[in-house]
Formats: sequence, structure tokens, C-alpha cells
Amino acid sequence: MRAFTQHEGLVVPMDRANVDTDLIIPKQFLKSIKRTGFGPNLFDELRYLDEGFPGQDCSARPINPDFPLNFPRYQGGSVLLARENFGCGSSREHAPWALEDHGFRAIIAPSFADIFFNNCFKNGLLPIVLPEAVVHRLFEETHAQEGYTLTIDLEQQHIHKPCGETIAFEVDAFHKHCLINGLDHIGLTLEHADDIRAYEMKRREKAPWLFDAVQY
Amino acid sequence: MAGQTLYDKLWQDHLIKTRDDGSALIYIDRHLIHEVTSPQAFEGLRLAGRQPWRKDSLVATPDHNVPSESVERAAGVSGIRDDISRIQVQTLDENCRDFDVVQFGINEPGQGIVHVIGPETGATLPGMTVVCGDSHTSTHGALGALAHGIGTSEVEHVMATQCLIQRKMKNMLVRVDGELLPGVTAKDVVLAIIGKIGTAGGTGYAIEFGGEVIRKMSMEGRMTVCNMAIEAGARAGMVAVDQITLDYVKGKPYAPKGEHWDRAAEAWSQLHSDDDSVFDQVVVLRGEEIEPQVSWGTSPEMVVPISANVPDPVAEGDSTKRTGMQRALEYMGLSAGQRISDIKLDRVFIGSCTNSRIEDLRAAAAIAKGRSKADSVKQVLIVPGSQAVKAQAEREGLHKIFIEAGFEWREPSCSMCLAMNADKLGAGEHCASTSNRNFEGRQGYGGRTHLVSPAMAAAAAIAGHFVDVREMAPVQAQEEMA
Ligand code: SF4
Repeated sequence: MRAFTQHEGLVVPMDRANVDTDLIIPKQFLKSIKRTGFGPNLFDELRYLDEGFPGQDCSARPINPDFPLNFPRYQGGSVLLARENFGCGSSREHAPWALEDHGFRAIIAPSFADIFFNNCFKNGLLPIVLPEAVVHRLFEETHAQEGYTLTIDLEQQHIHKPCGETIAFEVDAFHKHCLINGLDHIGLTLEHADDIRAYEMKRREKAPWLFDAVQY
Repeated sequence: MAGQTLYDKLWQDHLIKTRDDGSALIYIDRHLIHEVTSPQAFEGLRLAGRQPWRKDSLVATPDHNVPSESVERAAGVSGIRDDISRIQVQTLDENCRDFDVVQFGINEPGQGIVHVIGPETGATLPGMTVVCGDSHTSTHGALGALAHGIGTSEVEHVMATQCLIQRKMKNMLVRVDGELLPGVTAKDVVLAIIGKIGTAGGTGYAIEFGGEVIRKMSMEGRMTVCNMAIEAGARAGMVAVDQITLDYVKGKPYAPKGEHWDRAAEAWSQLHSDDDSVFDQVVVLRGEEIEPQVSWGTSPEMVVPISANVPDPVAEGDSTKRTGMQRALEYMGLSAGQRISDIKLDRVFIGSCTNSRIEDLRAAAAIAKGRSKADSVKQVLIVPGSQAVKAQAEREGLHKIFIEAGFEWREPSCSMCLAMNADKLGAGEHCASTSNRNFEGRQGYGGRTHLVSPAMAAAAAIAGHFVDVREMAPVQAQEEMA
């Protein structure tokens, strides 16, 4: 996993509550058996004026000029500013894959859906929860100032605004540790293999019916 | 010390250890797999040279991409016309072969929507931790299990380690007291709950559904309710084990037998919240106050009773919500104040892991019997949730009732719930759907979904617009009365 320590990036506003993962990446793109290449189809139904298909060359499609991701001023943006309950609905990890593939490194919102929130950390993407009023301010400032960038310091758990102001944020200690060091969760868990085996032995005694293979 | 909730007990029972940073390792008993969210996880194992930790905990089936249309379906995997869908189903086949994972293949008797076949085969049982790379895994919580959806990285993690890294969630009790009026179903109950607490109301919580209404509900009804816990933002929904649970599980192909059954039933009888347990939040609904529900917008919380009108955003105080409502009205092609019963339907979909079990099909058939689809409705799809449900429905002759009514009787798959196979809505089409999500484009690009119960969907198919199913007595009963 790509490590995340400090990141400075242009902010892109997604001014809409309850953005679901169907909207982030529609189902037809879930047919891929790969982890990469979802970027051009991020927010497909909002971004383009036609219906998208997997494998298509997106550069020739009609783009929706009213969608912020398409505004010239937001090109190259890497910090997504969002509203409450971002990433609700389907558990598809294709949603963080698409965001990451497009170039996003962090998402700031008043709240996230649980599964999406977890999935982000597995993909070097930092979801940051800030109070609603603070997010609202960021929206106003992003709209008002062209080229509005934020610097996110994960180590310090600080966001630096262009005006010099600093916003502190919370992050789970385990997730922080993994992100900063770009650690593979599986490797970390396997360090506890003995504990898992010991638990498993006890469980087998207590509930042996759980250990019969399902066979059809 | 206060007693434990059902969730506390299930958590405690599966806790391997809590690490210094507060994250916990939770042991996973059952891991269900389908073709959409697993290829990258298997690939990850391959790249790292890893094998699944416990192969006997894995059960796989293809459901999202498989055709529902019988001719295409009969040709098996190689007959799937959509190239990319076919590759995905083939990839599942190959992965199950390479890693020696039990799979209910495309046309095998055990195949079906992963959340339908789990409980139905006994592959998911009370007291288990169940995961699947699918948010509707909460369905299995109806058995008194801790079940929730995970992402693909977690699918790989659980395959490689048999555990999940988690933090304990908070406890919420949703109690539905009293009783339901005739014609009101589990689907209406859960839609009413989501309407009340909102799509983010359960975020961070494990929800236990309780109260008299839930206690009297059948297992299939409880599955419908738990299925949509995620639509209220909760990863896990669950119901305490009682006699209804035990009667349901007993005799299932993979349920414990003989001496194991006695030991299991004894252990499972503890799977309820203690009387003195404390919940972080309690929400109470009255069963009698719940009417058949219809969603009008693009989020499951945008739902009203059939007798109501489409709400007016102007009356909404919160500006973000108001904008969301306005956008939803525009997308849905509806106007504020319009009567729900005036919404005309182009298609009807009865199926999905929410409502494709035998009781759902019986409820739809009871309405369809002796009637036929309105001419204005282009298509009514009936998609059983599994091969077993399909076979049972055919034994009961339900398929004939549907076919006589002009409905289409299809093969087990997710079908138009998310439109990954050929079944989809056209742009602007309204659909009465028994599925769980009315998000923009969910059932097809530009499609407009209204979430309802199976009986309400069947009634809408016949009338051509939404009607209160309670005003539509079974044809037979009318004849008897005459
Ligand atoms: S029926 Fe729908 S919600 Fe259920 S698993 Fe299939 S696609 Fe997901």
C-alpha cells in the first residue's frame, strides 16, 4: 500500500449529501477483475452526459460541463470535499479504487458510511471527519478561491489552510500507523497466527459443528 | 454490572485479542463469496503466495452476473452473452478450482443469491460470525449471527487470516411493539424504520431488531428486515434466537445433526440480549401505525405510506436535505404533493436478497392469482432467490399463476436489483421493485426505482400504478363472498 504522511493538494467540492457508492462507480464497471483502471469512470453518471460502458475510450465522451470534477479550475485535484454520509450503500471497494485511480489522496466530510470508510484505509486514501460547520467553511472557501489547496499532515493530525489556520482531526491509531508506514494488514495480522490458532482450537471444542466442511 | 446485549455476546465469543492500539481481531466462522468482489482478493493471495487459512469456512456462488433468462441461462457459464460478465463468472470458477473452495455453480441445485442460500442451506447458522464482500450480508443476522459486509481487501484478509480487524460498534435496539395490521409485511416494517432513523441513523451501530412484531415474524421476514439494516447505515442487523429460529434451522442440509444439534441448540438459546443489558440507543415503533410503504426518492429514507403524497421540499428545514429532496424529485420525474397512488409503473421487479424467498413469492402470487398485468406495464419480472426457492415455487404451482398473469418467471440471480445482467430499466422508466436500493441509476441508467413489498409490487403490476394492497382482496375470497 502507498504510504501517506503529508499531502498538499487542490480541493474539489462534491456538494451533495448521501453520495452512494453506486454513484461513485456504477455497477457496469464492477465486472472488471482488476483493481486498477477505474479512474476514468469515477462518478460516471454525473461526469458524462451519456451512458458509460466498460472498456470504452472515455476521452471521446460528452462531458457534463456542470459537474465540478470537469471544471478546468479543479483539474488535478486530490482532496475531495464532501457532505454527510459519503460512501453509503454498496460495499464495493471499487469506489475507493476509482477515487484513488483518479488521483484523490484524501476525502474530507462531516461523516462517512462505515464500510466505505474502512475500505479507504486499505487503499492509501485518507478519510477525514470534521464537524459540519468546519466542512461548510471549507466549501465556502473552496468556491470562493480558485486554486484552493490544503496541506494534510497525518503525523501531526493537522490540516493547514492557505490562510495559515490549522484544523486538527482525529484518526484511529491503527489506521494511522498502517497508512504512515504503508503496511500490509495481512502481514500484520499473521504476526498473531499463534493466537488465531489457539482461539481456533478452543472454538473447535466448543462448537465442533462449525468445522465440518460444507459439501454439496 | 449490566448484562450483555446479543451483539456484546457475539463479539465476546469471537474476540481473539485486542491489540495495544485498541483494534481487535475477530474470528470469522463463515465467509461467503460471489464473483464480483472476489477476483482481486484471490489475485492478492496468488501474488503473495498465500492459501486460504480455512478452506472449509468458504462457500462461493455466482449471482450478480448470471442471466435470469432461461434459454441463455441453460447454456451455463460459457453461454453468458456479455463477455465481461462471462469472464467474471469463469474467474470465480477458476479461483474455486485453484483454491479448492466449495462452489454452488451457475446451474447447480445449491446456487442462488448468496444471502438467500446461506440460511437456506444451513451454511450460515446462529452464533456464527459471517462475512461476505457484499453489504447485504447483514441478512444473516436474522439467525442470531454477527454478519456484515466487507470490502475486497477485507475479503482477502479474511481468506488469508480467518479474522477481521475491527473496533466494537455501539449497540442500538430497534423495537417494534404491538402487532402488524393485515397486508403489512416485514418490508414495510424495515422501510418504516429507515424512514424514521434515516440512511445514516445506524452508522457506527450494530442494530438488534426486537419487540413483539419481530418476535412473531417468520425467519424469512426477519431476513428481510436485517437485510436492509445497511440501508439505515448499520453494518450489522440481528435478531435474538428463539423457537422460530431453531425450527427454521433444524434439518437444513448443513445444520448440525444428532448430538451436535442438541449441543448447538443449547448454546444458541443464550443468544439474546440480557434483560438488564444497556443499549446506546433505543428506537421504538408501533406495529399498528405502520402502513404499506412506497419509496418516492433516490435514497431508501425517502419513503412514505401508500396513503401519503410525495413530500414537499419547501417544508424541509435542513438546507442540505432540501436540496437532496429537490434533486430526487427531479430525477424521479415527480412533483411535490402528487399522490403516491398516481405514480404509473413501466416495469415491476419481484426478487433480490431482500424479497425473493418462498414467502415473498407466495405473497405476490396471492395477489396475482386470477388477475393479469396492466397493459401499460411493459414487463413484470419474477426472479426467485435460489434454485431451491424456484423448485419449491414450481411444486406449489406459483409459476403458473405468474405466467397466467402475464409475468415472466426467471432463473435465480440478482437480476434487476442492480442490473449487472441483461435485466435493466430504461431511462425515465418507473419500477415497483422489491429490492433494497433506489439510488440513481441502480436498476439501469436513468431508471426510477420505488421500493415496496412483494404484495405491493404485484398489486402495482396489476393496477398499472401504486395501490394499497389491502384494498385488493384475493380473487378467490371475493368469489367466495359473492
Ligand atoms: S440481490 Fe441485489 S442487493 Fe442482494 S446481493 Fe444481489 S445485487 Fe446485492
